[in-house]
Amino acid sequence: MTNDEKQHVKNEDVTAAKDAPEEKAVSEEKAGPEEKAVPEEKAGAQEKTESGEKAESQEKDASKEKEVAKEKDKAEEKAEKDAVEGEKKAKKAPAAKASDEAGKTEAEASDPPKVAKKSGDGDDAAKEAAREKAQAARAARAKAAAARKKADEEDDKPKPPSPNQPKLDRIVEMIRRRVAEDAIEEAYINEADRHLPCVVIRPSHWLQVAQLLRDEEELKLDYLRNIAGVDHETHMEVVYHFMSFKTRDEYCFKVRTDRDQPSVPSVTSIWNTANWNEREIYDLFGIDFPGHPDLRRIMLPDDWVGHPLRKDYEPYDPEV
Amino acid sequence: MTTRTEELLLNVGPQHPSTHGVFRLVVKLDGEVIKEATPVMGYLHRGTEKLAEDLTYTQIIPYTDRMDYLSAMTNNYVFCHAVETLMGIEIPERAEYLRVIVMELNRIASHLVWWGTYLLDIGAMSPFLYAFRDREKIIDLLNELSGARLTYFYMRVGGVKWDAPEGWIQKVKNFISYMKEKVDEYDDLVTGNEIFMARVKGVGTYDAETAINYGLSGPNLRCTGVEWDLRKTKPYSIYDRFEFDVPTQTAGDCYARYLVRIEEIRQSLRILEQATEQFPDGGEIMGKVPRAIRPPEGEVYVSVESPRGELGCYLISKGKPQPYRVKFRRPSFVNLQLLPKLLVGETLSNLIAILGAVDIVVGEVDG
Repeated sequence: MTNDEKQHVKNEDVTAAKDAPEEKAVSEEKAGPEEKAVPEEKAGAQEKTESGEKAESQEKDASKEKEVAKEKDKAEEKAEKDAVEGEKKAKKAPAAKASDEAGKTEAEASDPPKVAKKSGDGDDAAKEAAREKAQAARAARAKAAAARKKADEEDDKPKPPSPNQPKLDRIVEMIRRRVAEDAIEEAYINEADRHLPCVVIRPSHWLQVAQLLRDEEELKLDYLRNIAGVDHETHMEVVYHFMSFKTRDEYCFKVRTDRDQPSVPSVTSIWNTANWNEREIYDLFGIDFPGHPDLRRIMLPDDWVGHPLRKDYEPYDPEV
Repeated sequence: MTTRTEELLLNVGPQHPSTHGVFRLVVKLDGEVIKEATPVMGYLHRGTEKLAEDLTYTQIIPYTDRMDYLSAMTNNYVFCHAVETLMGIEIPERAEYLRVIVMELNRIASHLVWWGTYLLDIGAMSPFLYAFRDREKIIDLLNELSGARLTYFYMRVGGVKWDAPEGWIQKVKNFISYMKEKVDEYDDLVTGNEIFMARVKGVGTYDAETAINYGLSGPNLRCTGVEWDLRKTKPYSIYDRFEFDVPTQTAGDCYARYLVRIEEIRQSLRILEQATEQFPDGGEIMGKVPRAIRPPEGEVYVSVESPRGELGCYLISKGKPQPYRVKFRRPSFVNLQLLPKLLVGETLSNLIAILGAVDIVVGEVDG
């Protein structure tokens, strides 16, 4: 393919990005019957998980697992590939489920996702079942294990409890003891993000907690990597990602605030890097940061009306 | 007659060659000495994060090209990497190698632009021509692969769009051996030059503690002696398979930043050498990705080492085809924050040397 042709195809791709998945599907069909079966099934299962038909997708997973096992007898190499896929799927499905809202369906079977989400111990029956399935799949492809060692090491992390649970417990205990018993709104492990410990702090205690995070010898969260504002429509949230150069631990802290009068204490006095980041969040979300030395718009012109990243933002143009 | 002195307010930019884009500094001068400097930005703010909320995941990728347009591949990667992490997609071996190769090529190209323009800023014309001659070779390689010179739109969620054309890997290998000689030539040409040293040595100095407190990353952090490179300390993709060093300096001045970047070109060449050697003969370039990309509900923060530092992507999905919120941690924006503090007490001519050594891309500063 010459460059010109390539450019042409590429342009098409940009303008009609929807076409891309279809194009991919075609190429998958070419790959052969066994290979083709998997993606279709996978896509199907995915749809179902998303539309909330959990029980069904679980059954499907189970039957798929059997199919996978059969296939292995037929064509060993292919089956090994699929088994890996199957295992991934089996694990992914409950993860998606856990984060799904429980209210949508009454999956009586085994589904306390809120517990999993909030406490982070994730010790519910659905996960247990998924884990067993995953283990069965793993046994079926002992040979491929060596080649995929790295991927497996990640997969093999015991799901309940998370490896970072002790860290989370320790930091929660420390904040409760040193700052205030009710300083923490919520604490959980974000499994999708490599088991990142997340703690939600009440705005009234945030400044004290922040000071503790940076100065406490055991934590030394000296590096504030990222600050992000989020409009959750019911409330506003400021998300802080920390790292320590000393221990190399990573944590995520969140502060939730009211949507009408959003206000979160500024931490610029503790981490200088917060200065412009807070200005950006003020500019784009309208969150006030009391204690900030110079809270002005940073990206948009000073006379701009509104805060664009709010979900209810209406563009304002005096000439229209 | 009595002499009267007064402070002078001077606008550097928005259209000033040393700002490499549209960036303005309002400086208050007492004679030639800077009393106060206030950066004004946002001229290039395109609202990428807002636009992303109405686009599908694949449609967002070309927008990331336009943030840090000197290393679009890294931008492509960080976004795809975030989506892949959330969805748990496995990337085929061949695609991983292609990704690493293009990212490292892009890093060299980016450092070359910095090297050329920095020296141009402080008065040396010819290095610029050398740098752009060699950068052109990288751009040709990436153009052959992706069909674009700067805004590649090369990566996709799950892999890469185009496989390496026949003979492309060999061309990269040829380039590596060519470039190795050229880096030494750069060293001979500039490093240690007396005029150059007078402009950069001991200028714009800060220590590691300040750098960390201001959230600096990349060469701006490593010039203070902190050995921190995400490719090494928090490996992503397949960087744990390659042997390379993380160059550091301890002086924390503009010269230290210069030395770190030159050495990084060499280390990138080392990575490229190993990657092209290990490059798998065949295989897929796209992983198994569902037809419609809809990551499960959840959030993730991933970060990678861009030529300018820690490039992060914070992604929140509500299970829809469009993301609920995307936030990019843009290293140029964060690194620039220290500038007003550095400039106080410096002369106006040092402003250019200090600003240039930060290595900003205004597209990334403004987001």
